[in-house]
Amino acid sequence: MEKKAIRVAYGEALVKLGEENSKVVVLDADLAGATMTNGFKKAYPGRFYDCGIAEANMVDIAAGMSTMGLIPFCSTFAVFAGRNYDQIRNGVCYPKFNVKFGFSHAGITLGEDGGSHQAIEDIALMRVLPGMTVLVPSDANECYQCVEAAAKIEGPVYIRTSRLATPVYDPKPFTVGKGNVIRDGADCAIFTCGIMIEHALEAADILAEKGVNAALVSFHTLKPFDEELARIYTAKCRKIFTIEEHSVIGGLGDAVASAIIGHGVEKFLKIGINDEFGQSGKPIDLLKEYELTGPQIAEKILKNL
Amino acid sequence: MCGYYVIQLIGGTEMDIQTLESYARQVRKDIIIMTAAAGAGHPGGSLSSTEAMVALYFDVMNVDPKDDKNPDRDRFVLSKGHSAPALYGTLCERGFFGREEFDHFRQLHGILQGHPDTKKCPGVDASTGSLGQGISIAVGMALGAKHTGNKCHVYTIIGDGESQEGLVWEASMAAAHYKLDNLTVILDHNGLQIDGTNDEVMSLGDIKAKALAFGYDVIEVKDGNDMKQVLDALHTPACPGKPRYIILNTLKGKGVSFMEGQVGWHGKAPNAEQAAQALKELEG
Repeated sequence: MEKKAIRVAYGEALVKLGEENSKVVVLDADLAGATMTNGFKKAYPGRFYDCGIAEANMVDIAAGMSTMGLIPFCSTFAVFAGRNYDQIRNGVCYPKFNVKFGFSHAGITLGEDGGSHQAIEDIALMRVLPGMTVLVPSDANECYQCVEAAAKIEGPVYIRTSRLATPVYDPKPFTVGKGNVIRDGADCAIFTCGIMIEHALEAADILAEKGVNAALVSFHTLKPFDEELARIYTAKCRKIFTIEEHSVIGGLGDAVASAIIGHGVEKFLKIGINDEFGQSGKPIDLLKEYELTGPQIAEKILKNL
Repeated sequence: MCGYYVIQLIGGTEMDIQTLESYARQVRKDIIIMTAAAGAGHPGGSLSSTEAMVALYFDVMNVDPKDDKNPDRDRFVLSKGHSAPALYGTLCERGFFGREEFDHFRQLHGILQGHPDTKKCPGVDASTGSLGQGISIAVGMALGAKHTGNKCHVYTIIGDGESQEGLVWEASMAAAHYKLDNLTVILDHNGLQIDGTNDEVMSLGDIKAKALAFGYDVIEVKDGNDMKQVLDALHTPACPGKPRYIILNTLKGKGVSFMEGQVGWHGKAPNAEQAAQALKELEG
């Protein structure tokens, strides 16, 4: 199966968007080669602004540029969502300015750079901001759709991307705020977001081999969250498991919990990073260490059925 | 001519200086009325920056209260957002909204929020209050204007205490890097902040040298509460390729004897008796 890092797709999507929409400008903070905005920089040098190693300033500059009718896309590492949080909150979200954030290298699969750089809290930080749309594409195709959709939304949008090359699936229907049913099932439901779809699919296959018919739903939009779909599968499957490459506090698991509480849920387990920081290592070793591989997820689900 | 100047000459301006001074007096009264009615607000730094805002809105900037979203208008960002009463007084006197709004300053559903809110208040180009951010947003506006070919000029007023924020210097570096000669940063240098003088809290050192080193074209105004000097500085033609930085040496609490130079009046409203005395003094 073809593999591509979602950040690479983000860079390609920006180039395409730049061709279609002259209002789009891209800002980076000396990471264009990592966030993959260097493609846009090459294609449209006059519409690319490097802000130097000053992420907070980049966000407020984008805020100011948006008031001149431009659509700025800001890119840096997801871990800096904390560093420039005040600027995202007060500079962009409070006045509802039209700024997009494409933050890459999220989660532990960033790998070797270690815990200081592995964002496990960015979804929580972004979800809580009024008016912020939070998108977490699960593969390259979904990332193209997210970037295109973000440019059409009037207001702030956060897109979480990953460093690691991950499987590219067939394009799925895409509507902001709507989850995608990947596989139907009746015994339990697995809800996932982002690159964890690969491991959730493997877990579902293992469960199937053991006679457990698990539904699998992928949510590319964490906010506004598709509460209706979460409730439909809660009513149908009753046993719900959430899988995310993020802290179990404030991410997908909590978005799901808020949606389904009081709707007939019998069993609910959040699988993710358990309130701890990451560390250096190869991405696959880290996924094993934090028990996020397909077999480990399947085992946890079986224990809790 | 670019570099560093000290303004002390009286130059010609479009509007009669006495008229502008009378507007400044009225705005000072508005500041007292607003903060006293709300029982809260920041009179000290509002009174020190009054001449700058009146000069900008009545003489320097191309703005039209009847067309406050005109894309070609000049922009103003009050980076030291807590001086909102001075901005609200100026906007009101300029015709952006009626005086009745003063009754709702800092009140539920009011357009005059504790700190400027661009979604609620006509004439406010950016929401500010989190110090350091306004100048950065102004840099973005100036950069965006250059990008889109908009000929407008962007003005921002920052505080001296605010200049302890690192973001002020990140923004300054970017302003010089992108050669934003359509940006004017005005420093309301009253020397005081919440916990004491700048030197007691966190010394700014040689602010003029810092501004020059960051690549600004710098003008120093000896008395930033003297309308003539402020106008001369604001009307000095831009230096091509350089952002402008104007140091206004001001007096915190200017115009109200018991507030002048007093740290304690940074964020405290006058009571009824104090307000009456202040208004009497301002009637002069």
